[in-house]
Amino acid sequence: MPRLVSHPDEVKIISRRFGQGAAEIDRYIELDGYKAAQAAIEKGPEWIIAEMKASGLRGRGGAGFPTGMKWSFVPKQSEKPKYVLVNGDESEPGTCKDHLIFLHDPHAVIEGTLIAGLAIGAKMGFIYLRGEYRYLLKIMEKAVADAYAKGFLGKNIFGSGIDFEVVTQTGAGAYEVGEESALMESLEGKRGVPRIKPPFPAVVGLYGGPTVINNAETIATAPHILLMGGEAYAKVGTERNGGTRLFGISGHVERPGVYELPMGFNLKRAIYEVAGGIPGGKKLKAVVPGGSSTPVLLPEEIDVGLDFDQMAKAGTMLGSGGVVVIDESVCMVEFALRTIKFYQHESCGWCIPCREGTDWLKKSITRLHAGGAVDKDIDNIRYLAENMMGRTFCPLGDAAAMPTIGFVKKFRHEFEEHLNGKGCPYEHQREAVLV
Amino acid sequence: MSTPATTIFSPALAARFDKLVTLYPVRRSALVPMLLYSQDEVGYISDAVVEEIAVRIGITPLDVRNVLSYYSMLRTKPVGKYNVQVCTNISCMLKDGYGILDHCKQRLGIGHKEVTPDGLFSLEEVECIGACCWAPAVQINYDFYDDLTPEKMDKVLEDYRAGRGKETL
Amino acid sequence: MADVTFTVDGKKLTAPAGTLLIDACRKAGIEIPAFCYYPGLSLQAACRMCVVRLEKVPKLQTACTTPVAEGMVVTTESDEIKQSRKAILELLLGNHPLDCPVCDAGGECELQDMTFKYGAAESKYVEIKQHREEQQWSPVVFFDRPRCILCYRCVRVCGEGMDVWALGVQNRGVSSVISPNGEDHLDCEECGMCIDICPVGALTSGTYRYKTRPWEMNHVATVCTHCGDGCKTTLGVRSVDDGSEIIRGDNRDKSGMNGDFLCIKGRYAFDFTTREDRITKPLVRQPNGQLAEVSWEQALEHAGMKLREIRDTRGGSAIGVIGSTRTTNEEAYLLQKFARTVLNTNNIDHHRTADYASFAAALQGKAGRTASLRDFLTAPAILLLGNDATEQHPALAWNIRSNVRQNRARLYVANHADIKLHRQAKSFLQIPQDGYAALVQYLAGNEAGFDGTEISAAFREALRKEESLVIAFGSEFRGRDIQSLVDFGLGLPNVKFAALGDYANSRGAADMGLMPDLLPGYVPLAAAKHFGEEYPSLPSAPGLDMLQMFDAAEAGNLGALYVVGSNPVERYGIDPTALKNTFLIVQDMFMTETAAVADVIFPAANLYEKSGTVTNTYGDLQLAKKAADKAGVRTDFELIVRLADKMGADPKKLVPFGRGVRADMGQTRGAQSGEADRHAVWLAANNLEPKLSPFDPFAVFDEIQRLVPSYNVSRFELLGGQDKQTRSDLVQIELDPARRDLVLPANDTLFTSGTLGRYSRMLHSVMESRTTKPAETAAD
Repeated sequence: MPRLVSHPDEVKIISRRFGQGAAEIDRYIELDGYKAAQAAIEKGPEWIIAEMKASGLRGRGGAGFPTGMKWSFVPKQSEKPKYVLVNGDESEPGTCKDHLIFLHDPHAVIEGTLIAGLAIGAKMGFIYLRGEYRYLLKIMEKAVADAYAKGFLGKNIFGSGIDFEVVTQTGAGAYEVGEESALMESLEGKRGVPRIKPPFPAVVGLYGGPTVINNAETIATAPHILLMGGEAYAKVGTERNGGTRLFGISGHVERPGVYELPMGFNLKRAIYEVAGGIPGGKKLKAVVPGGSSTPVLLPEEIDVGLDFDQMAKAGTMLGSGGVVVIDESVCMVEFALRTIKFYQHESCGWCIPCREGTDWLKKSITRLHAGGAVDKDIDNIRYLAENMMGRTFCPLGDAAAMPTIGFVKKFRHEFEEHLNGKGCPYEHQREAVLV
Repeated sequence: MSTPATTIFSPALAARFDKLVTLYPVRRSALVPMLLYSQDEVGYISDAVVEEIAVRIGITPLDVRNVLSYYSMLRTKPVGKYNVQVCTNISCMLKDGYGILDHCKQRLGIGHKEVTPDGLFSLEEVECIGACCWAPAVQINYDFYDDLTPEKMDKVLEDYRAGRGKETL
Repeated sequence: MADVTFTVDGKKLTAPAGTLLIDACRKAGIEIPAFCYYPGLSLQAACRMCVVRLEKVPKLQTACTTPVAEGMVVTTESDEIKQSRKAILELLLGNHPLDCPVCDAGGECELQDMTFKYGAAESKYVEIKQHREEQQWSPVVFFDRPRCILCYRCVRVCGEGMDVWALGVQNRGVSSVISPNGEDHLDCEECGMCIDICPVGALTSGTYRYKTRPWEMNHVATVCTHCGDGCKTTLGVRSVDDGSEIIRGDNRDKSGMNGDFLCIKGRYAFDFTTREDRITKPLVRQPNGQLAEVSWEQALEHAGMKLREIRDTRGGSAIGVIGSTRTTNEEAYLLQKFARTVLNTNNIDHHRTADYASFAAALQGKAGRTASLRDFLTAPAILLLGNDATEQHPALAWNIRSNVRQNRARLYVANHADIKLHRQAKSFLQIPQDGYAALVQYLAGNEAGFDGTEISAAFREALRKEESLVIAFGSEFRGRDIQSLVDFGLGLPNVKFAALGDYANSRGAADMGLMPDLLPGYVPLAAAKHFGEEYPSLPSAPGLDMLQMFDAAEAGNLGALYVVGSNPVERYGIDPTALKNTFLIVQDMFMTETAAVADVIFPAANLYEKSGTVTNTYGDLQLAKKAADKAGVRTDFELIVRLADKMGADPKKLVPFGRGVRADMGQTRGAQSGEADRHAVWLAANNLEPKLSPFDPFAVFDEIQRLVPSYNVSRFELLGGQDKQTRSDLVQIELDPARRDLVLPANDTLFTSGTLGRYSRMLHSVMESRTTKPAETAAD
């Protein structure tokens, strides 16, 4: 069972039911569960969307698109059925926040799905979990069944005359399916290859119908926003970055874990105070601030607020909230290699620059790490990554290229140390295993 | 697009599939779960599984293979009864996930994607499994083991060897 | 959609809103490179070659997925764009084998062309290339995986275009691979579209691979010799010791009615031309009963003498002539003219696969009612009655599928079998095998004799609402049924018809009068009109049809039989002993069952080895051009002229050639001035020169155009390579209600083609490689 952590600096909104037994529906109801849904039924879609807009909530999957606005894009009238789709394909390395939501507060996901459905006029929602989360799927399945049993899902929910179905779905191992249109493909029983956009999901989504697709954390936040009011939620965070967010701090910190911090919380404080700093008296070398696809920050760059805008200003991204802390013992070339190996493994292969580019990067950095490269190879690695940026079919290419450029730019000296047969100066160098 | 007259699956799984295809607006949406659940029962996705699922969904076996070959959890060859999946992605790597992998290799006497001679264990280095804050982490079949050390890993393997391991399906 | 105006590279362009930028640019002559984009197939945006810069859009955008919009400002070439494309090429070349010197695609490879253009010459990629062994997926299809750039054109053309879905993409990332449906082999229609559409040399064909460099070939645009669709094909030919051999067939330039489509027969089944067992020397049966090779002079002399002797002693009615469904119109016309004016007989027929005569009778005077093969690509609604077009008219099936897919045409199918086109049909009606006549009555509102259901009622209802419809019907319809069908169709607002017959010039054979009762243009003998003047010794009584000829032979009443490009012994199951008292002359490529009992055999050229015109089953007239050559064979045209010559006939009367006769515009000689004069007058009136050789088929084409009104199409366009619809409405006939249609469908499949199929090793190897073998059909 994943360890729960706590820190006084936390503002517990979405995590307030963690560890409270809220996976049981009666307990969830005791903890104000399904009140938001009932309010949503009473007050109607305009109210929901107004509250969501007021909350300043931005998508927690990583792109940070304002959720209220996303919901408002769905056409009111549609010939095809509308759908709500919850993206629980949490796969970005460094990210394990949705894991805890499914484990501790599954009904929040269901209630959020229902609220989104009410907001856009959908009659059906899907909750898609990555295939590896089987034990969490079991929890979600039970929660859904309990909600049906209570009449919170199905026909005539809460006696309102409204019908709403929720179906849970499993993936089977594919990072790329976390991309919203690839997830729809997967849910339609196809290869997880993204779709051409436009049209965007709000217009043509799942089964061709208008679809709202949100990250599980985003969806699970919705009931809290309706309960506390959009404005109150917004006030917790910073400008244009409402509320709190689950930050998973992992790697070389004393107290790794998932912490709920207000948006805009200082990264340095999060590492040193909330997560207890670097163990063993070692020095900080680098921070990957928002999942493996976000460009690395140097120790001198981490005095920055954790929100979408401040992180962008710092030349990186808030991403999925997965803060990975790296101490001085780590070879950054090896770290870069492990990162690119992941994207090479997960590239769907659809477009040329991502398919071939990730493979080329992996092979080149592997060779460089083993000492088989010369100075020009470093330039070639950067050239290639820069030529992938913005040129691929979906953001996975950028996700592979961005951190690579960052590593080469900020740790070029470490790359150089490997050249001309020297190989890795660190102890823990590894053979490439994943093919 | 039909329920086949004879099935290679257990009655329970066949019944589950009969229902599964009706849950969605299109039958094909059941494809990925059906493949995974078939694998859970059969051990891998055999030609017979492909054929039957193609019939159940109403698509070609080629279509089924196109899809199944995309997803990294789906396999067309048997693995051990307990498939030990060691995460070595960044957060786990920083917490010596490779050490756990090496330890498992040594203990089980097998390498990446290999199976022990008794068929009990297989080993796989995997990508991020979503347990970064509790690294290093391992999944045995569907069950997670966090905050591992070589000693804890030994205990986990021992439990499985003794038939005491968790088996979430 | 309304037009929008936008700017590309500083040029103002206009296109209908919604047009894809890549198409709009190409139309305006601005070429945007792409691997994965292919007109008519679904969009991929996968190769990222077509990136362009749109003003005010932060990232480069793919022109293949961007619809043009009012005021859009586009840059298609800049340093940034060039660099982006160059980087893509560098990535592709990173693992692409540089075996261009031996690759089939070398010289016509899109990857080569783009590398040349964008100069991705420097190799930054020093890792070892992944080699994989080449795989053979079928007798037709070979796959060389490392060459594949994953543009998915093959997958799409097989699925979307062919509705076969035999190719897929498996694995992911850099392991992605194109996979066949049989895991290690293909189970498909073997059309070769996947090979044709491959921009590189990843998919190669069993017939072409490693045979030649593309620039060593000459390319000849002609017409396929197989089925009645008459696909345009470009044959790649190369000189060999005994002539010129065909090594490739495609229609890559998409000219013609079939676009880039060819089926396996058009694309690969030309190998009968180079069979080593082809007859290349005239053979004459010796007194000992054996066939022996003799000189052309001897063979012609012998045959001519015997024919003259029989004609002169027993009369023309003792001679029969059987023509071909695969010779040119000129040859068919010449053969019947030879029969009627030199042999003095109307005993002439051919293997009929559709009742074109009844079709012509039903449509007389109805202009604009025949459907071209092209119409099936654009018609908003199509009714297919009988026939399995996927097997028997692959190009028709292709056009129908394309039309349904691209224009959402509504397809109605009624058939006794559950044919594959059911899948494209908006409405499908399965009827009894003998239920077609009743169906037409039912559609026309006559309920009797048809078991109407809700489905059939809806089918009829929907059809009646169609404002524009093309109807194609199979050989299930003959005689009065065709008349009923046409009557029904003409009751709908805007209907065109097509009769489906089986072979490359089945329609032409009928149009040209290879029938005992009908002259060219379906002119009945009883009302021979101008032919009476043109053919001075034309016998007035209808001759014997195919079956009657063999009956006559069996009864000892047929002294001679002249068979051109046909194998009636096999096709009609004739007991060869029935011909023991008949002097039999056969012109053919092979020792068919008919040739085997012949007294004289002339080795003949096939359609790929001659020039002339052919008419497909829809009445589309096209130019066939000589592509291949084989030492020792002669065209049927030449052989007919030479036989006539040996019989003492005046070749000038048979073939209007030469400048021997002056045209004086008929003013001094009056109406009876003779055929050559009429011909000369016609030529002058049409600004045409007399032809100089008796072996020039265009001399006969002149005569056809002069005497057969339905063939008087624009020669200018025809010679330019266009297909021209003939005019059935110009035919004026009343058919004897008791007339026998004698239609015998060939029942060919995708993998059979009468005699040609029997002698195609490619078709044989495909059939042998299949688990379920289609039944081989009789020869023709």
